[in-house]
Amino acid sequence: MDVASSRSAAGAEPATGGAPTLRVRGLSYAYGKTRALDDVALEVRPGRVTALLGPNGAGKTTLFSLITGLFDSRQGDIEIAGHALRKARSRALASLGIVFQAQTLDLDLSVEQNLRYFAGLRGLPGRAARLRIAALLAEIGLADKAKAKVRALSGGQRRRVEVARALLDRPALLLLDEPSTGLDIATRRWLVEHIHHLARGHGIAVLMATHLTDEVMPEDDLVVLHGGRIVATGRVEAVVRENAAASLDEAFTRLTSAKPEAAS
Amino acid sequence: MNAAHAGRAFYAILWRELLRFVQQRGRFFAALVRPLVWLLVFAAGFRATLGLSIIPPYETYITYDVYVVPGLIGLIQLFNGMQNSLSMVYDREMGSMRVLLATPLPRGYLLVARMLSGTAVSIIQVYAFLAIAALFGTEMPPSGLLPLLPVLVLTGLTLSALGMFLSSRIRQLENFAGVMNFLIFPMFFMSSALYPLWRVREGSVLLYELCRFNPFTYVVELVRSTLYLQFNATALAVVAGTLLVFGALAIIGYTPARGGPAAGRAGAGG
Repeated sequence: MDVASSRSAAGAEPATGGAPTLRVRGLSYAYGKTRALDDVALEVRPGRVTALLGPNGAGKTTLFSLITGLFDSRQGDIEIAGHALRKARSRALASLGIVFQAQTLDLDLSVEQNLRYFAGLRGLPGRAARLRIAALLAEIGLADKAKAKVRALSGGQRRRVEVARALLDRPALLLLDEPSTGLDIATRRWLVEHIHHLARGHGIAVLMATHLTDEVMPEDDLVVLHGGRIVATGRVEAVVRENAAASLDEAFTRLTSAKPEAAS
Repeated sequence: MNAAHAGRAFYAILWRELLRFVQQRGRFFAALVRPLVWLLVFAAGFRATLGLSIIPPYETYITYDVYVVPGLIGLIQLFNGMQNSLSMVYDREMGSMRVLLATPLPRGYLLVARMLSGTAVSIIQVYAFLAIAALFGTEMPPSGLLPLLPVLVLTGLTLSALGMFLSSRIRQLENFAGVMNFLIFPMFFMSSALYPLWRVREGSVLLYELCRFNPFTYVVELVRSTLYLQFNATALAVVAGTLLVFGALAIIGYTPARGGPAAGRAGAGG
């Protein structure tokens, strides 16, 4: 069974073009008088990993909170898999898998119980949920931890479980908010490779927020957020070239060294 | 809203709540010990000193321990409602609330499901308490126990709504203990849980008026009248009205228009 299979047809080459799975237009948000996002626009396409790169306080988490419907902004539009979040919230969120920056598993429940709870929230029937959970746990290498309490898992194992949870309902769009925070090098490497595997192999559109340039692959799409504004977009190599830089690290430093006009 | 999805989500929320309840044996124990201490220690002393004249819904002279049982049922549900809201503040700080609120179902439905699941736990506690009280000789009319069930759903929801409203207003877990102290005890003491209101009026008119404005008084009276198969329209109206007001305020409190409490500390990232 293809455990991470997306909504693309079985056996077909995963789509990497076509209509964007996520479309954000003219999005602004403020905490009181402090503007956190200013006229943000971006697109994430099926089969592509889009890295949302920005320093701490750039507005990445605010943007994710808006896309997941936890915050609401009257300025701008968010569309997920063709459904406007404001008008068709449930349909839009049904296409979304999320890995939050903070740890969000119930520590007192087992791995399997956490996943069953989430499967219920997503409306998966019991038998289908059990099969899917078993397959996903096997894929992330934690089949033997199904009955273990989450509290007993390492940080890396918990993160793997969160990735599995985000994939339970076969999302068209996967959001990851700084998913490698607090992980060791081996788990970080696994995570980045797995995310790219999900996009390339299964056609999932991925938006990954990070402030670490080494998590971005040369073939990825890039959105650089600084002070609540998008300061660069495009393929990684194009962004590097346009900024007359030798590396993404250098380009990122140049793009984010200017004093931001808006702050989160 | 897809009915099958809504049903499965409700079941999942209820299942998680019951699972946590079963695993936290200390919580169950504490929930039972609290009213039992009141019943077996406090009421035993008062039984000897306090006589109660025949007041509705009682048709005969009753002992103090019998009088106090509806108030202790209310106390169980009040504590449970606050415990539920405490766990919501905890969930928010730990991020689990984000997972719940990002579920593709209407937010109001998810919050009501959360309140109902907490209420279910409180009902288990109430019937366990009644069983133990009966073992110690304080029995309620058996015919009132079944009609009590829907009333407990209503009163439990009302107190959960109150707790959820509070949790939507409290930004940090540390602030919650203080609020509980300033809410639970005044609500309990300034009600008809421990003394009939006419007795309170004899002692202090001001206290009597405070008791009359306390929704918890009507929770207790609704439970009391139902146990004796009497219909208390005033209590029902006040309890239902309180549920509507605080339920609506809680749902508004959890709407994301202003960032909402759903963000919790997890919202303070990059």
